[in-house]
Amino acid sequence: MAKTWTRKHYMGATLLLSVVLSIVFFIYMPIEVADHRPGNVPLLVINSVFLAVTASAMVIGFVIILTKPDYVKTQILTMGRFRHLLLLMIKRDFVTRYRRSVLGVLWSVLNPLLNMLIITMVFSHIFRFDIENFPVYYLSGSMIYGFFSESTTLAMGSITGGAGTIKKVYVPKYIFPVARVLSSLVNLGFSFVAFLGVLFITGAPVNWTMFLIPIPIVYLIIFCMGVGMILSAVAVFFRDMNYIYGVGTTLLMFLTPIFYPVDILTPRMYHLIHLNPMFHYVTYFRDLALNGVVPNLWANIICIGFALAALSMGIYVKLSQQDKYILYL
Amino acid sequence: MEKPAISVKDVSMMFNLNRDKIMGLKEYVVKALKRQLYFDEFWALKNISFDVASGEVVGILGLNGSGKSTLLKLIAGVFKPTSGTIDVNGTVAPLLELGAGFDFEFSARENVYMNGAMFGHSPDYMDTLYKDIMDFAELWEFENVPLKNFSSGMSARLGFAIATQIEPDILIIDEILGVGDYLFAQKCDQRIKELLSGGTTVLLVSHSITTIRELCSRAILLQSGQMVAVGTVDEICQLYQPEG
Repeated sequence: MAKTWTRKHYMGATLLLSVVLSIVFFIYMPIEVADHRPGNVPLLVINSVFLAVTASAMVIGFVIILTKPDYVKTQILTMGRFRHLLLLMIKRDFVTRYRRSVLGVLWSVLNPLLNMLIITMVFSHIFRFDIENFPVYYLSGSMIYGFFSESTTLAMGSITGGAGTIKKVYVPKYIFPVARVLSSLVNLGFSFVAFLGVLFITGAPVNWTMFLIPIPIVYLIIFCMGVGMILSAVAVFFRDMNYIYGVGTTLLMFLTPIFYPVDILTPRMYHLIHLNPMFHYVTYFRDLALNGVVPNLWANIICIGFALAALSMGIYVKLSQQDKYILYL
Repeated sequence: MEKPAISVKDVSMMFNLNRDKIMGLKEYVVKALKRQLYFDEFWALKNISFDVASGEVVGILGLNGSGKSTLLKLIAGVFKPTSGTIDVNGTVAPLLELGAGFDFEFSARENVYMNGAMFGHSPDYMDTLYKDIMDFAELWEFENVPLKNFSSGMSARLGFAIATQIEPDILIIDEILGVGDYLFAQKCDQRIKELLSGGTTVLLVSHSITTIRELCSRAILLQSGQMVAVGTVDEICQLYQPEG
């Protein structure tokens, strides 16, 4: 290539591609993704634009990877060099979390169980939904959503929290959000133990599809890392993000079917929550863990799409902003 | 010719002052509308160029605020230069401040491993160095004490011990030889000389002319962000002393 592309070129290309893809998606939207009924045009537009932007971010991300092999290579080498640091940081996060608590790690199992008990009591006496085996239904949703909100919230504060280190030693910046997401993953593992326990106690059927559970978890990790990178970068320049995101996670929680069944939603709401990535991850997980169904191709494409789009945007934000962090910390 | 260990080419570093004055969104919008959203530019370093050969010990002299620390941070990779390029060949152990990268909630032991990992060393490798580090820092007694309970001298000793025991190719030292009692200072001097005979490149900032004279072969004099002179230690010290 004679001319090297700068950040602006990539941004422009992404934008152009999204516009083109929006139109394509608008015309050829599959029925699984958005409803084609005439009344649904606004939602169809939102859906197509959304999909288009995520798809273009992905495409441009791959183009960057393909056109700059040297750059990617050095990045991977540094990644290898700092893998020990990453492991130690995950360990440290984990140790700090339960430092000085009497029950320690046990809280990771106890917490989801106690929450589930309360929610189950509330929803079987006060609000009643017709859900088979509510404890398992709730626990599966809250576990997945909890991982998302915890990991991204922790990741958001990771750069500002690591200011002491960043100011004095050279460390790749992405390592901070990534470490936080992975230490939340350890927590998810403990929640999963609680989940399995409840599954057995309530006598729910155990399906072979349980063994496929790592698949949505991997999608989700990638998604959370991407979101975490974006949030941590934003939080450096705009500290208000910490508070805004707190409200945001509450909103997203209600837009995710954690304690209500999907069929109580009005058609409009039903389509709206399809825009929420967490809806897809929770549904995917439940299909495997509760319903014994292997999600179809579209469900996979959507989950991977959200994950890779978040990751490529996260990496983009990191690369373009990380040298400025130090001036704002 | 051998590649220089550090090659600094035409490096400038600009900071925006008054960044913190804009406190909120409202103020930001108001100022943006009034077009008052300019910052005072402050050039901490301007057009700095020099090479440091492998195994060389170079001192950097200058008054407070002349850009010495900024220069070291640039070489350590903490800052990115506004313009110019810096090539560093080899592993760098920056001793920019006492206990750089330490987590004060954790014990000395944990911090040794953490710090090693920041330089890219595996816990297994740090196991082999651990004894030497604690011996050098003389902190066996406080091995499992959180660093927050350490005196500043103690954490400085630990920081110095780690950075010198991992035997980096390039050691960057910012005014830290003065810490600790005279016994420890002697020990540090000795250790640096050991590293030197082992071929480590050292970049040293100090206000103490004696230290610079003693350790360095070459020196750089900075004055308000500009490089005034590069030369042998004697020349530069002569230039520096009358000002100081």
